[in-house]
Amino acid sequence: MERRNGVRIDIGDLTHRYTAKTPLTFEKVNIKAEPGEALVIIGRSGCGKSTLLHILAGLLEKTSGIVQLDGKDVTEPSSHWIMMFQAPHLFPWMTVEQNVGTGLRFARWPEEKMKKRVAEVINLVHLDEFAQNNTQDLSGGQQQRVALARSLVMEPDLLLLDEPFSALDAFTRATLQKDVRAISKQLGFNLVMVTHDIDEAVIMADRALVMAGSPGEIVHDFKVDLEDPRERQDPEVQAMRANLMEIFHQAAGVPVDSPDEEGDDTSQQDVELVGN
Amino acid sequence: MSNGKVDVVDVGADSSAAALKAAQNRKKAKSMGKSLFNWAAGLAILFALWWFGGYLIYINPDTTNFSDFGPIPTLKAFPELIAIGKIQAAVFTSGYRLGAGLLIAIVVGIPIGILLGRSVVFRELSNSPFQLIRMISPLSWEPIAVIVFATWNGAIIFLIAVAAVWPVVFATAAGLAKVDPAWFKVARNLGAKPWHMVTEIILPAIMFDILTGVRLALGVGWIVLVPAEFLGVTSGLGYSIADARETLSYDHLTAMVLTIGIMGYILDSSCAMMIKKYSWHH
Repeated sequence: MERRNGVRIDIGDLTHRYTAKTPLTFEKVNIKAEPGEALVIIGRSGCGKSTLLHILAGLLEKTSGIVQLDGKDVTEPSSHWIMMFQAPHLFPWMTVEQNVGTGLRFARWPEEKMKKRVAEVINLVHLDEFAQNNTQDLSGGQQQRVALARSLVMEPDLLLLDEPFSALDAFTRATLQKDVRAISKQLGFNLVMVTHDIDEAVIMADRALVMAGSPGEIVHDFKVDLEDPRERQDPEVQAMRANLMEIFHQAAGVPVDSPDEEGDDTSQQDVELVGN
Repeated sequence: MSNGKVDVVDVGADSSAAALKAAQNRKKAKSMGKSLFNWAAGLAILFALWWFGGYLIYINPDTTNFSDFGPIPTLKAFPELIAIGKIQAAVFTSGYRLGAGLLIAIVVGIPIGILLGRSVVFRELSNSPFQLIRMISPLSWEPIAVIVFATWNGAIIFLIAVAAVWPVVFATAAGLAKVDPAWFKVARNLGAKPWHMVTEIILPAIMFDILTGVRLALGVGWIVLVPAEFLGVTSGLGYSIADARETLSYDHLTAMVLTIGIMGYILDSSCAMMIKKYSWHH
């Protein structure tokens, strides 16, 4: 697959409310990102991070503000910015190969070209031997890989991830986190992910944005300056995680636990600050 | 670890997998054999009861004139009716009427069902009229159909369509209600246009429900077809039965009734096979 250039993301004074009678979801959110950058937005449930992602994907209308990718307003979905959801939502009447090729069929790609591209992407997510399988026969992790391939096949400049690994077991989640980041760096596209998992943010982000309050706002912009590949047991990763945890707790108004209370081995666990 | 040990483990795994597969095949074959036996036994019981009924009619002096209703005269009548082409002609004519009525029901029913499943306004607006019209017996439309349509054929096709459209409409709408709304969001995200939503998402997702509706519609249409052919027309299975009754050819009459049963059974089984083929539910 060809390397992408990514996009410049420009979100300015973005405000959203669902209806005139409901309170603001978030207010005056400002985010800028350079091409190829990986942003992870972390925050408590209900702070509006998923809504923000849906607006960025063109799946939801903003109330006011600017949402631009490379200087162009985002008003509708596009094959240049693709979203992966919490659940894979695969089409169960299709094989893995057919699922992956869905977007290309919509774009009326020639059959041969489509087959070649689909095979490349299936190979990228290590599902070659399952290409002809029905997706209902796959494990949760494999299904999420199919969803990833279905998104990557469009060669997006921006991949939006709405807690796509939250339903997976810890081992599969860790593998996919590293794989998605590696693929994004290999192909050069931007990542914007929302999560409430601090470990996930440290493993996947170039910058972690902490969202808090009601209406929600970005309260911290934290640079995750670590070498790749990132391993959870690496002391630098653990130190970064502790910093981010402290910032998150401060933003959430939760007293910060002392290291003794928290324990030394928490980095081995999937620390979820707030459940869904 | 020696190579020999690895080989032993691999061979063991292969042979146990082969043994498991062989056991599964044996179990499947046994189960199929049992099903086939039950299928044949069920038919044999039906024929035995029929024969016994025919025998009781035969031994009773008051009813002995009707003994041609029994299985032996009926089975003897079949070659006769096939030789003169009566069964083929009746099956073809009735099949045409049923097919045309069913096709209209499908063409009209699927879009209405989709609209019913997708639009709350349409669902609320149409609920009372649909329920009211649905409750009218299809055959009670016959006098109106005869006036409206220039030919009896047209009237019969209309009656079948009126009877068959409701199962298609409601099965399609029920199928759509079960569709995961996230599929539409994912499809939109991947660049689906409105027609992609229908052809690539909605129709494959609810094909099982549509075919189940068609199967029900086929049953209803088949039931309406025969009484509808009792009046006016001079062809078809219903007419052949009425004609045999008029000429007191009870063996022909029963042969035609049996033909209706066989044809209905074949059509229903074909539908069941299609449902199995297009069902994606595991």
